[in-house]
Parts: sequence; structure tokens; C-alpha cells
Amino acid sequence: MRGYMKRFLQMFPGVVLLAGMQAAAQTPEIAFDSVANLLKYPDNVTIGEVAGVATNSKGDLFVYTRTGHPTISLGTSRPFAHGGSRLYQFDKTGKFVREIGQDSYAFLVAQQVRVDPQDNIWIVDQMSSMVIKFDPAGRVQLLLGRKSESERVPSNPPPAAGRGGAPGGGGAEGPPARGGRGPAGAGAQSDLFQRPTDVAWDAAGNIYVADGYGNARVAKFDKNGKFIKSWGFRGTAQGQFNSVRGIALDAQGNVYVADAGNKRIQIVDGEGNFKSQIDNVGAPSAVCITPGSHQYLYSSNSNPAEDIDNGGEIYKVELDGRIVGKFGRAGKLPKEFGTVNAIDCRRDNELYVGEIGNWRVQKVILHPSN
Amino acid sequence: MTVRERRARISATSHCVNYCLRIVIDLYVMFGHAYSLRWISCIMSCIALGLLSGGTLLAQTKAKAQNVPEIPFDTIPNLIKLPPGLYLGESMGVATNSKGHFFVYTRSANTRLFEFDQNGNYVREIGAGNYGFEFAHSVRVDPEDNIWVVDEGTNMVIKFNPAGRVVMVLGHRPDVIAGALSTTVGPAPLAGKYILGRPTDVAWDPQGDIFVSDGYVNNRVVKYDKNGRFITQVGSEKAGTGKTELNLPHGIAVDAKGNVYVADRSNHRLQVFDNDLAFKASYDNIGDSWTVCVSPGPHQYLFTSNSNPNGNAPGSWDITGEIYKMELDGTILGRFGHASKQAGGFQVVHMMDCRNPNEIFVAEIESWRVQKLMLKPQAAK
Repeated sequence: MRGYMKRFLQMFPGVVLLAGMQAAAQTPEIAFDSVANLLKYPDNVTIGEVAGVATNSKGDLFVYTRTGHPTISLGTSRPFAHGGSRLYQFDKTGKFVREIGQDSYAFLVAQQVRVDPQDNIWIVDQMSSMVIKFDPAGRVQLLLGRKSESERVPSNPPPAAGRGGAPGGGGAEGPPARGGRGPAGAGAQSDLFQRPTDVAWDAAGNIYVADGYGNARVAKFDKNGKFIKSWGFRGTAQGQFNSVRGIALDAQGNVYVADAGNKRIQIVDGEGNFKSQIDNVGAPSAVCITPGSHQYLYSSNSNPAEDIDNGGEIYKVELDGRIVGKFGRAGKLPKEFGTVNAIDCRRDNELYVGEIGNWRVQKVILHPSN
Repeated sequence: MTVRERRARISATSHCVNYCLRIVIDLYVMFGHAYSLRWISCIMSCIALGLLSGGTLLAQTKAKAQNVPEIPFDTIPNLIKLPPGLYLGESMGVATNSKGHFFVYTRSANTRLFEFDQNGNYVREIGAGNYGFEFAHSVRVDPEDNIWVVDEGTNMVIKFNPAGRVVMVLGHRPDVIAGALSTTVGPAPLAGKYILGRPTDVAWDPQGDIFVSDGYVNNRVVKYDKNGRFITQVGSEKAGTGKTELNLPHGIAVDAKGNVYVADRSNHRLQVFDNDLAFKASYDNIGDSWTVCVSPGPHQYLFTSNSNPNGNAPGSWDITGEIYKMELDGTILGRFGHASKQAGGFQVVHMMDCRNPNEIFVAEIESWRVQKLMLKPQAAK
């Protein structure tokens, strides 16, 4: 029977195409509007690639952006890296309020910003491999991970989840290394990160760090920053990850892990035990979960920088995995998306989307379905 | 082959091999033998580089055109008035807008973009601290007075609106952690639709389609629609001498019919393509075309510079440095200027603006200045 089917499909490849188109057509398009020129700021503020965007309870916006590449000091005992990213606050109308963390030791390559229920502002930096908690006044409260004292020049190893796989990581399945900064993808049992990507919290305040491009794991800390455990390493099986690009928790404490390299969202409990997965939303590169009694998950199938002709759409999903609909596509115009790296969905149907490719924040207003 | 050419080939090859070995050692220290094939291909390409093109890397070409009439001109060498504390570095790009203001994209400690009024008074800085500013290469102003810069350090083309705010970007700055290996000597990666490799210049046709000369790593011209979607390209990541191949496309301009003029610098020629980037003509009698511009108006002129090179060999100033004024069909009307560090001479012209074909703005790499040239009527033949 199988052989017959195979031969049949070889003779009529159009059948497969047709089936594929039908599957795509089954996902309804959600109508939406966007405000693409939302942010208003003075000339001494620059916005580059928008890696992170998040709102607080007052509707203020926080933007963590890559404004330059880190500078390396020459003529020193080792090459030291400085600068490269900035964190800004805007009010709910998009008007610039202030900068936070100027000249920070760890602002190298912006990756994400999130705001916790107490309105603390958390940033994740991909190159310094640090997670920093600022209080609402903008002062540092808690640090996770540690920046490398110096850098290798030329640069660090190629990204573990990059094109064609990478040495020491890329698809190799194996047990986690013991402690410290092992080879990329080892999922080390350590409180140090390798290119972390995102942070989230449960109701008790425990901290979950998506870690990330280098490691392929989730690290869990208590609310005081004490390392509890981590799970996952590079691979394709359940409970394994291939580039953890984002993380979000629902009200029950389930953890949604954007396993972009495996084109799925894995859902695990707060201890890391596998529960289920969502695997029809492309490569989830940015995720968020709405608050409130009926929670939704948003997930972006972000296009890579080298291709703006495919993908780029964002999915709205029930927590059980049923897809409500999708919207947008890759491109440079308003209502198109360029390598989305962050979604804020504090209010359902009113999203803030941070784009790496288009150096902007779009406010997206979804039209309720009829 | 002259002794100098042979030396240049040997030197280029050995520098390249040295570079490969450093990468090899670095990769080996980090990952063991996982990258062995990559370094072998790196060294092979170095040998090819030495055999094929090493000799021409430093060469500069005397134009074949003979008995070209000289166009007399005056220069305003101290055109720019900078406020205290501001300086130009290498002047890579200069362009005027419809009001006569001009923009200079310059390599100072940081790469910066300045605006001046028609009298050369400083107006403002644009894009200070911009994520795409690293190593200036070109600035152009489109018919709507949007300001476009091309940065060969970040591989980006950035469009600013007249107010000086970013409205679109093309290309992608290599990510920090992958970055240092992305654009190197050695085998070039395939030229992607949306990834540029040290791009050099930008121009538009009357429909607003965007043409990017790309560049030092790739050897192609890419056509995007006005919203930044890829349409087509001519050339590829590989350099070549064929009609539809390029070797360091270094400048670009488009005429009112949409024809595309490309400074094909290392091929010692200027290539002309139609709006779909099909080959039309090749002008190879004007030396090495470093940069081009096409004047607007009912009768359009083409200007190209046979710039004197960096790393001048003795005698090279005598045969290079001049700018040609041409009809679009390739007929040479005249030439002006010569290699020199004095005002009125040029020290590596990198860009020209010819919004007014009798008032040429010239940006020079090695004189850190912008000159405004007032061309005078030619004596009757």
C-alpha cells in the first residue's frame, strides 16, 4: 500500500501541492491594522534593530534595541567589549520618556525585554549572556549569568542554530556536559548562559530563562535568583531543543518553549516534564501569552534576514494548540514584518511587535473575528 | 608580467594564505578538525586569487581615449564651513538635494553624515549613532529628497526621509557573534537576495525601483522594487569579465529611461544595462571607472572618474585622476582635472554629484574635503 501511494505521488506531485495549499487555506486570516510610526523620540535617541519590546501595567513601552556593535579595546591585556545596545522607555502614546541603564556593563547585543507583574523591567542580552532585573525606577535589582571578562577576536563561535549546523552543537544528541560553559548545545547544569534569548516567571515568582542559541535548554531559578535546575539539550526528541528562541508561561504554570530549530512549541510543566507540543506554526521565534481568564498564545514564524519573500506571519493560538488564525507576512511596509523578535500581548488583540529587520516597533490592532 | 605585478601577485597570495592559516588555527582551537574542508577551499581560492587577479589588484589604467579636449573649470576648495570641533575624515560620498543643500558621508572616528546649505554652512548631523553606520561608502538623494546612505562596514543601505529619520533599510548587518567571518577574503558566500556584501552605491529609476551596486564581496547589481522586494540582478558573487559579469561594481547611476550605468572598476570599464539589467553597452576607453553620475534634465550627461589609486606607484599620477564628461551613448565630450593634492586637482575621487552638469561636487578619499567645480564652456573645436 505504501509503495503504491509513493508511486502515485511521484506520478501526480500536484496532489501534494494541492493538499498543502488546502492546509494553508484552513488557517483563517485575521484582519488587522497597524501603527508603524508609533515611537516619537528626540534626535539623540537612536533606534536600530528592535530586539525586545514590552509594556508595563500603565501601558508604558520598553524597547531594547541594538544601536551599534560592541567596540573592542585594542592595546589591552585581552580584548574587552563595550556597548552596543540601549534600553528606552516610552509612554503609551509612543512619546519618549527616558533611557535606562546607560553605559551598562552588559548591554552588548540586545535580545529581549520583558516586564513582570510588579512592573520590574527585565532585559536579556545575547552577547553578555546576562539577564538583568531593573526595578520600576530603573535601578538594577538582580543579575543572572555573568558577562565574559574578555572576547575572542575574531568573534565567538558561529551560532549553534545557524546555517548548516555548527561544530560542537548542530544536531548532535548527547548528554549534558558537567557544569561551566561547555561546548555549545550541551545544556550545561550551571547558572551561566550561552546566548540566552528570553525570560518569564510563574505565579510564585520563579524565573525561567530560555538559553538559548548556545545552550539548548531552559534554566529555572527561584525568585531570589538561586539556580534550581535546568532541562533540555540539543536534539530533536521530546524534551530536547534546537535553538530555544522564546519562553512564556500560562496561569497554571505551564511553560511554552519556542523550539524554533525544531519548528515547534513544546509545552512542559514547571519541573520540565513534557506535556505536549504545537507543531503547525512554522518556526516559533517570538512568543507571548495574554493574561486574563481566557488566555491566548501568539507565535511568530519570523523570516530570516536573508529572505523577505516567505514566512513572517504571526499565529494566534488557543493554549490547547488549536489555531485561531494568522496575520501578516514578511516585508518592509506597514502591516508587514521583518524578522520579528518580540511580541507583547498584555492586551489581547492589541500587540506590540519588535522587528529586527525593519528597525521599528509596530502596534498591531487585530479585528475581532465575526 | 612586470616585476611589480609579479610582486603584487606574490604579496596578495601570501597575505591571503596567512589570513586562511589564522582562521584555521582559530577554528581548530575552538572546534577541533570540524572545519578542515573550509580552510582547504580558503587556501585554494588564495592561490586562484594570486594567479588570476593578484597582478591587477594594485594596477591603475591609463585611459585609451586620445586627444580628449580639456574642459576648463574653477574650484571652490574651501566650500565647507564646519563649526568648531567638527571635522571631516575621508570624504566618501557627497550628494545635493533639490534645495541645493548637500550631504557628506564621511569616515571620521565614527562614520557620520552631515548636511550643509548651498553656501557650505553646516546645517546638522543626521543619523548620529545609527546602527547602520560603520564605514561610509556613498550618499545619494532621491527625487523626493530622501537621503540614502550605503555603508560597506555594515552591509546596509539606509533610507532617511528629508527630516532625517530612518524609513527603510536594505540588507542586514551581520550579527555580532557570526559577524567576523561573514565577509572575508576567501570564497565568497552565495549572493543572497537580501544580503549585501560590502555594497558601494545606490540609484533609482523613474518608477522608484532601487538599484544597488554590490560591491566588494559580491560582484553584481541588484534591482529591488520601491518597497525593497528583490526583482532581479546582473552579475553574481563571482567576479568576471564577461558582458554580464562585473569585477568590483563601485558606483551606479540611472538615466531618465531607466538605463543603468555601472562603474565596473576592476574591469577598467563602465557597463550599461537596460532597466531589466540586460546588457546594452560597454565603455572601456575611460580608464578605471571608479564612480559615475548622470545629470537630470532634457539633455542628460554621464560623468565618470578615472580616479588615481590608493597606494600610488611612481608615475601613476601622470596617467590618472581625470574626470570624463560623456553623452549617454558613450561619446566623450571632454575631460577635466588631474591627480594632485592641491585644490583644483583630485586625490582619489570617490563620488560626484552632477545635479547641475556645470557644477560638480567632488568627494575625495585622500584629501578629506569636498570641492565644488564650476565647469566653463569649452573652446570651440
